[in-house]
Amino acid sequence: MAAVSTKIADLSVAMVTAPVAISEWLVVLPVALCILLGATLMMIRDRISLHPLVAIPGLAAVVLVDAALLWKVVTEGPVTMVMGRWLPPFGIAFSVDILGAMLALAAAIVALAGSLYALSDINDSARRYGFFPFLLLLLAGVSGAFLTGDIFNLYVWFEVLLISSFGLLVLGSEREQIDGAVKYAFLNLVGTTLFLIAVGYLYAIFGTLNMADIAMKVKEGREGLPLVTLSALFLFAFGMKAAAFPVNFWLPASYHTPRVVVSAVFAGLLTKVGVYALIRVMVMLLPAEREELSLMIVVAAVATMLTGAAGALAQNDVRRLLGYLVISGIGSMLAGVALGGPGGISGAIFYALHSIVLMTALYMAAGLAARISGSYSLESLGGIYRQNAPLAFVTLALFFAVSGLPPFSGFWPKVILVKASLDIGAWWLAGVLLLTGFLTTIAVGRVFLLAYWRPKAGDDGAPAVSIDRTAFLPVLLLTALVSIFGVLPEGLLRLTQEAAAGLENPAAYVHSVFPGGAK
Amino acid sequence: MNTLIFRTVAPFLTGLMILFSIFVLLRGHNEPGGGFIGGLIAASALAIYGIACGVSVVRRALRVHPLAISGCGLFLACLAGFVSLPAAVPFMTGLWIYPHIFGLEVPLATVMLFDIGVYLVVVGSITSIALALEEKEND
Repeated sequence: MAAVSTKIADLSVAMVTAPVAISEWLVVLPVALCILLGATLMMIRDRISLHPLVAIPGLAAVVLVDAALLWKVVTEGPVTMVMGRWLPPFGIAFSVDILGAMLALAAAIVALAGSLYALSDINDSARRYGFFPFLLLLLAGVSGAFLTGDIFNLYVWFEVLLISSFGLLVLGSEREQIDGAVKYAFLNLVGTTLFLIAVGYLYAIFGTLNMADIAMKVKEGREGLPLVTLSALFLFAFGMKAAAFPVNFWLPASYHTPRVVVSAVFAGLLTKVGVYALIRVMVMLLPAEREELSLMIVVAAVATMLTGAAGALAQNDVRRLLGYLVISGIGSMLAGVALGGPGGISGAIFYALHSIVLMTALYMAAGLAARISGSYSLESLGGIYRQNAPLAFVTLALFFAVSGLPPFSGFWPKVILVKASLDIGAWWLAGVLLLTGFLTTIAVGRVFLLAYWRPKAGDDGAPAVSIDRTAFLPVLLLTALVSIFGVLPEGLLRLTQEAAAGLENPAAYVHSVFPGGAK
Repeated sequence: MNTLIFRTVAPFLTGLMILFSIFVLLRGHNEPGGGFIGGLIAASALAIYGIACGVSVVRRALRVHPLAISGCGLFLACLAGFVSLPAAVPFMTGLWIYPHIFGLEVPLATVMLFDIGVYLVVVGSITSIALALEEKEND
């Protein structure tokens, strides 16, 4: 050993030599823990009674780790850990800032809620098929995407979550599900391939894939580089992932086919990963190009909001209707990206967090309503208020939140975005944001009127129906989050503003990757 | 495909290929080879066995479901990263020990553990796909 260490002169040129504190492991733990748990579940795939016993405490642990990570990032600034000790930009870095940590925490909470809901929603055959392992690997992919500091690695995590989502989507192998999965798979693969091509161009231009390194190199000189073309490619690829108009048709085609808990988790997580990647690349890495393309983004945003809301108005199937509401929410986030500035970005981040929790809760509530009424169709749904009043109240709260009405968390991002657009004189954008809220109110009001208030056709004295406590608990939990952040938004507002500031001026982020300064 | 010659040779061929795949796996640290290609060789061995003797025979010979093998590999690969934790180095750092076994110095590394994990993931998933396809053919 002694001979080896004298032969290599100076390891510190290529490798991290400072000892790594235990607390820095929080950076990789959310992903590593999910993979370990998922792998364990794959090994015991036949003993399905053990699956929830491993998955639920495991996911609770992931939530705690993510919370600790967020706390660490908020108090100490961005944290970086490089894989295999190699120094960036050559070693792959996991760099976590407030944005990534917040989204990872929200994702873990949603996955935990999903695993609880699955106790009564996922039957034995679907468990045998691997619901819980897929859920954990999906969360590993999503968390990895939020936490990584390397753009090619981001692509890899996209693939991980995509593969897990295919598995979840066809759980049950029904004809309709396969049909939805094929559309979903094809369009998402096209999107991912475009992303890969864009990453290839990026590497050809800058010779690096580390995001902090790219952020520095872009600042050093952008003359003569085809960065707007590159940004347009990224915009298209991530827009496809996020289900932005006009490449959003895969979402309503597939989100209503799987089990409702799968739809719930997808609606919460998948599109937001696209939005996150868009924010990370367009706001942090290529800010000037975002400015150039902002007109295009805002057109896409307006079209996404309006088509989403109009689609929701036209639907009769509650799950399809919710799919369109996911899309219209994506439009609002894109509007924030297009606006830029502290207001726009923090509004988009707040909206993304709100939407992760809210959309999951909405799908779960719709699933519970269907359990009571036996249908997702507005034509046959009815009388849920009479049959289960608590569910009706919770759903009403969620409907208020999705419409952006106070006192729920949907209100604040709308306020921020409307204010940000009025500040730069884009009154028409403010108008569209408000109009979308109005149309959404009508769409969900129609659902509440028909499915909850209207007595069920045919029987007047329908008895009260109780629902599984394990299925109602996660909905309550998520609704509580939506209400708490609606009533007490200050903490979250401050965090999203800090996150937006950290994106606009990524000095702290860059410093965490290159503590010794740029080379 | 189901000739007498093939059925007689297939088990030996399978055993030979799996041995070779392990050789390729262990060789891969400094020379061509490694977990991925080794895993592919092992998976093709099992596929050949399946074509010759039937899918149920392979499943019985494996004892566990191929996907459980994948899970085990994923677990090992991820665990290899956690060895760095007590050593106070970043995740997935290659760490070596040099135990003397029968008077021979055998270098063992977390890299190798990771590679074994990759091998098992590839064996498990490709075999799972291959067996599923062969099963459909028999229906």
